[in-house]
Amino acid sequence: MTKPNMTLVENINAKAHEEAAGSFQRSPRFMNGEGFNSTFKWLSICSAMFILVILGGFFVSLTIGAWPAISKFGLSFIWTSTWNPVTEQFGALPAIAGTLITSAIAIVLAVPLAFAIAIYITQLAPRWLRHPLGIAIELLAAIPSIIYGMWGLFFFAPFFAEYIQTPIIDAFENVPFLSTVFAGPAIGIGMATAGIVLAIMILPFIASVMRDVIDTVPKRLKESGYAIGATEWEVTRAIIIPHCKTAMAGAVFLGLGRALGETMAVTFIIGNANRITGAIFAPGNTIASTIANEFQEAYTEIHSSALIALGLLLFIITFIVLAIARMMLNRISS
Amino acid sequence: MNAVVQRRQLANVFARILIVAATLLVLAFLVWICAVLLYQGFSAFKPTLFTEMTPPPGESGGLANAIAGSFLLVAVAMLFATPVGLLAGTYLNEYGKGTWLASTVRFVNDVLLAKPSILAGLFIYEILVVPMGGFSGWAGSAALALIAIPVVVRTTEDMLNLVPNSMREAAYALGASRSKVIITVSYRAARVGMTTGILLSVARIAGETAPLLFTSLNNQFWSTDMSSSMANLPVMIFQFAMNPYPDWQALAWAGALLITLTILILSIISRVVLRSANAQH
Repeated sequence: MTKPNMTLVENINAKAHEEAAGSFQRSPRFMNGEGFNSTFKWLSICSAMFILVILGGFFVSLTIGAWPAISKFGLSFIWTSTWNPVTEQFGALPAIAGTLITSAIAIVLAVPLAFAIAIYITQLAPRWLRHPLGIAIELLAAIPSIIYGMWGLFFFAPFFAEYIQTPIIDAFENVPFLSTVFAGPAIGIGMATAGIVLAIMILPFIASVMRDVIDTVPKRLKESGYAIGATEWEVTRAIIIPHCKTAMAGAVFLGLGRALGETMAVTFIIGNANRITGAIFAPGNTIASTIANEFQEAYTEIHSSALIALGLLLFIITFIVLAIARMMLNRISS
Repeated sequence: MNAVVQRRQLANVFARILIVAATLLVLAFLVWICAVLLYQGFSAFKPTLFTEMTPPPGESGGLANAIAGSFLLVAVAMLFATPVGLLAGTYLNEYGKGTWLASTVRFVNDVLLAKPSILAGLFIYEILVVPMGGFSGWAGSAALALIAIPVVVRTTEDMLNLVPNSMREAAYALGASRSKVIITVSYRAARVGMTTGILLSVARIAGETAPLLFTSLNNQFWSTDMSSSMANLPVMIFQFAMNPYPDWQALAWAGALLITLTILILSIISRVVLRSANAQH
């Protein structure tokens, strides 16, 4: 049925239709029954509902598991800074602080880099380079978290301690305030290292969403910019950025959601210390790394319940962040 | 050339340099990580990895039980995740389009896609490990399935969405029932893309460690018994890498290389399959 004078699209459709008709005729007889028809529909609906059940199940089961800790410590669990399994005193503040600090470092570093890559791939790079570059960034996203952890612990941390931490600590030694922020032993592991590795890990997610978003900018808007003599940077700043502000913020929230809950890489390199210091080079802990480290060794009920309460907190925080991200991203697609 | 133009062009050159430098910096990290992984992994690579069990401290051994365990965990997870994910994706595109339920499910699924994977581990711990009284392979597979389902749902919906409506209408016009149209027309047209989604979700869960920590745990011995704790590569890597024994660390790197290569091969296959399917038309 394929004719030489058909356009490509017609050709595709014709072939597909032919194929479909073939499979349509060969389909087994049981598919014709009304019973099969409604069973299939109900199976689909049940599977879709199952997605909602998963989310609800997360919330309910974590709440039940966390209940002993919630009823013992109440809301003050969130702002208590002692975490001591021996005396059975549990407060989430060190883990929350560590989570927020590492995620903040990751976002501050990852967003400009991701934006630069997205602009480079969509606007500046020569055409032949765009596809391989996109694959390279995807590769960064495909590497499992645990490998970032091993690389971070055995290779990045020693490098960071020697060439970055030591000079910075020395430079700010006598500067008030900054000497506290950049204090800590120059051992390479700690919150700053975790934040940097997190930045590399979330960057591909932010960059690929930004890339898709930038591709939605109508060509004629950019071309009218160039037509009145704007430079590439001016088109980026005055046309691309304003056009996709909301969706780009969505991309950033998506990255934040990933950074907040990232577990294995952080567990390797954060140093696992349940205390709060103002120093970003000091070892710390995040919600996820505390759970990963202590859950198997939690022998008392209140200890494991406190860890599940941490999980519940993480669930709520990431749900809010990811929901915001989705709403911002959906606005552009609709 | 006046000063304003000069300043604008200078700004442009400056921005360009920064953007290129940022891209190079990120690529440098990618190269660094890959080089470390390849070097460490291949120096620890030996054929006995596939035949010997994970060793006690201080002895040499292989990864046979961890490889088999990982394979089993992922396979069982996908046996569950594939039908659920495909059907849910079918609902979103074929039955539910535009309904309140479909947009809620789509939203929740998108959130689940990026949810921390450690939460899946805690969730399954609560509903399977505690009631069953111990760590098990079933629990590990369940946790992995929770992570794979959203990926399958998403790609299935996207791929079904690409099937032209005229094809469905042609089948309806012949008097086919809805389920028959979906199975014999929509699925058939989108099957390559849907397969890609399944491969990608395998790639996504193959390296997951956090959800297995409290579900399948690990096992030093050969075990295919899904109802007790099971050896698996990611948790084995985690335990071995955190220990000072050089033999264990070498095995951890070899395991890390194996996992990454598997993920890479899966992504390449899915890319090639998708491309050849597009070229065929």
